[in-house]
Amino acid sequence: MDQNQVGYLSRLSGRGHDLRPTSYSERTPVSEPVFAPWNDADATPLITFQNVTKKFGEFVAIDDLTLDIFEKEFFALLGPSGCGKTTMMRMLAGFENPSSGAISLSGKNIAGVPPNQRAVNMMFQSYALFPHLSVWENIAFGLKRDGMFKDALNARVDEMLKLTRLEKFARRKPHQISGGQRQRVALARSLAKAPKLLLLDEPLGALDKKLRQDTQFELMDIQEKTGTTFVIVTHDQEEAMTVASRVAVMDEGRIIQVATPEHIYEEPNSVYVADFIGDVNLLTGQAKATGQDTYEIEVPVLGSIFASSVRPFSDGQTCHLAIRPEKVAIHAERPSADNAVQGKVLDIAYLGNLSTYHVELPGGQIIKAQSANTRRISRRTFTWEDPVWVSWTATAGVLLDQ
Amino acid sequence: MRRAVLIAVPYLWLLALFLIPFFMVFKISMSDAILAIPPYGPTMKDGFRELISQLDFENFVFLTTDDLYWKAYLSSLKIAFIATVLTLMVGYPVAYAMARAPEEWRPTLMMLVILPFWTSFLIRVYAWIGILSTNGFLNQFLMGIGVISEPLTILNTNTAVYIGIIYTYVPFMILPIYAALDRLDASLIEAAEDLGCSRFKAFWLITFPLSKNGVFAGCFLVFIPALGEFVIPSLLGGSSTLMIGKVLFEEFSFNRDWPVASAVAVVLLLILIVPIVLFQMNQQRAQEAEQ
Repeated sequence: MDQNQVGYLSRLSGRGHDLRPTSYSERTPVSEPVFAPWNDADATPLITFQNVTKKFGEFVAIDDLTLDIFEKEFFALLGPSGCGKTTMMRMLAGFENPSSGAISLSGKNIAGVPPNQRAVNMMFQSYALFPHLSVWENIAFGLKRDGMFKDALNARVDEMLKLTRLEKFARRKPHQISGGQRQRVALARSLAKAPKLLLLDEPLGALDKKLRQDTQFELMDIQEKTGTTFVIVTHDQEEAMTVASRVAVMDEGRIIQVATPEHIYEEPNSVYVADFIGDVNLLTGQAKATGQDTYEIEVPVLGSIFASSVRPFSDGQTCHLAIRPEKVAIHAERPSADNAVQGKVLDIAYLGNLSTYHVELPGGQIIKAQSANTRRISRRTFTWEDPVWVSWTATAGVLLDQ
Repeated sequence: MRRAVLIAVPYLWLLALFLIPFFMVFKISMSDAILAIPPYGPTMKDGFRELISQLDFENFVFLTTDDLYWKAYLSSLKIAFIATVLTLMVGYPVAYAMARAPEEWRPTLMMLVILPFWTSFLIRVYAWIGILSTNGFLNQFLMGIGVISEPLTILNTNTAVYIGIIYTYVPFMILPIYAALDRLDASLIEAAEDLGCSRFKAFWLITFPLSKNGVFAGCFLVFIPALGEFVIPSLLGGSSTLMIGKVLFEEFSFNRDWPVASAVAVVLLLILIVPIVLFQMNQQRAQEAEQ
C-alpha cells in the first residue's frame, strides 16, 4: 500500500490543525485561522538553531544548520540513519552540545545547560522505563525530583494515567505490561512535568504496524490536548507525514527541505526529497521554455514531454521531472492527455485497494502507474505483457533542477 | 532414563564428595580424643553397636563452656562482615569503571581482574608479608617519600588480615557487579537526568538499585569464604587475630584433638548455611527478574 495513504487519511479525518498548504490558503480566502506560524513574520519561534555545527572528532554530524520551530508545532525530523536527526534531538535534550552556533529555547541560549535543568523532556526509543519502579513510580519520578507536594503529585500522576489510559496498570512493573502499554508509560512519564518541548526519539519504532497506526492518532490527540510542542525523530516517512505539522527532511547533517507534509509530497525541492518521500517516477531531460511557466522536456529515446513549473529553467538546462505513480494513468487506447507514452506491462503489484503497474517504456525506462481497484480482480483490465498507454497532465509532476 | 542418569551424576558426585565426608566429620565430632592412630575413638573396629552407643554431643557442649570458641566465631563474623563491606567499597567503583570503559577495553580489564588467579594463592599471600612487614616495601616507600619517619606496624595485625581478604576476594566482588552494570541500559541514566536528576542522584536512584543483585551476589561470595578463612589470618594476622578457621586448624594439628576440631567445623557449617541460603534465594530472584 502506498505509504502516504495514511497521511492523507489523517488530514481528512479533521484531526489536528488545518494543515492545508499555505500556497492554497493564499490563493483562496479561508474563514478559519490557519495554524502556520512559520509563515508569520511576527511569530517568535520556540526553538532556534542558529548556524549549528556538531562534530564528533573529524565527523561532521550537523553541518551549519539553521532552523526555527514554533510553539505547539508537531515537528518531524526525517531522514535515513546517520543523517544527524538523533544528534539534533540530543542537543535539544542537553546530552550533546553544539561545536559551534547557538540553540535557543524561548529566546535563551541553552548551550551548556545540563539536561536536568531544561524544560525539555524526552521519550526514548527504548522507552528507558526504570525496571525496578512501578508504572506509577515511573510517571512520578520527574515530579518527585521537582519536590512537588504529595497531593499535587498524586493528582498529576493520575491525570497522566488517565490521559494515556493506564489507570489499571499503575501498580505493575514495566516487564508486566505489553509493548504498547510501555510506550504509553514512556509518553506519560515524559509529559508529566509539562515540558515546554517534548522530544520523541522513534517513539513507535518498536510497535507492530497496526498498533503503530493507532498510536500515531493517539499521539496527535495528546499533542493537541496538552498543547505541548513535539519534536519527533523518525526514519519512517509515513509516520512523519501522519503526525507532523511540518517535516524536515535531513541528509548528511543538513536539512534538505522543511515544509508541511503536503508540500514535501507534492512540491519536493530536490530529487532526494522526492525519492525519499513515497514512490516517484523520475524522467531526466533538457528543458526548453514554451510559454509562461511551461516547458518542453527532451527526454532521450522517449521524446518530448510537457510540464509546467514555477521554478525557472534556462533552455538546454538538465532537469528532472518527478511524478507520483498515482498521478500517472494507465489506458488500453491512446488517451488525449498532455503526455502519453506507450509501453508494456512488466509487473503488477497488487496491494488490495490499489494496483501498481510497472510499465516498461521504449528505451527500458520503467514508469510506475497506480490505479484504484474499483473492480473485482477477475475483471481486471490489464495483465502482464499487455501493450498499454500511460499518461499524465502537464501539472501532474514537479520539475526539479537537482 | 537418560535424563535420570544425567541428573544422577552430579548428585552422586555431591554424595561421594560432600555428604559422606560431612557425615564422617560429624561422626568424629561425636567421638572422644584418645592417644592412638587415628586419634579418636570409638571406630568401626569396635563394632557398629559399640560405636553407636559411645557417640555423644560432649564436644559440642565443650564448645559452649570455653569462651575461646564463641569469641572466635563472633570475631570471625565481625572480620568477615567488615572485610565484605570494605571489599564492596573497593570492588564497586572498579566494576563501575569497567562497565563504563570503552567496549574494546573491557576484555583486557576483565583479564586483569582474573589474572592473579593464575598464581598460587599461598605465594600471593606470602608476597604481602614482604610488602607489609616492618622493613617491607610499603614502609620503605612511605619513609622514602617522607610521609612517615617510623615504620608502621601493619603485619600481624587485623589490618593486614583485612588487606589480605580484600586483595584475595575482590575479583569475586567485581565480577558479579560488573555483570549487573554491564547489562544496564545507558539510556536509563539519560532518562533519569532528563527527568531532573543530577549525575549523583541518577546513580543513587537508578544505577545502584539496578545493580543490587550483583552487589548481593558479590557480598555473599566474599563473606562465605572469608568467614572460614584460615590461611590469611595465620600468615598475616597476629596472635590477637581470632578467627575460627585458625582455631580449627590449631585444634586439629597442634592439639591433635580431632573430635573438638570436627565439632568446630560442624558448627561453622551450620552458621554458613544462613548466608548460603540467602545467596541462593538472591540468585533465584535475579534469574526470575531476568525472564
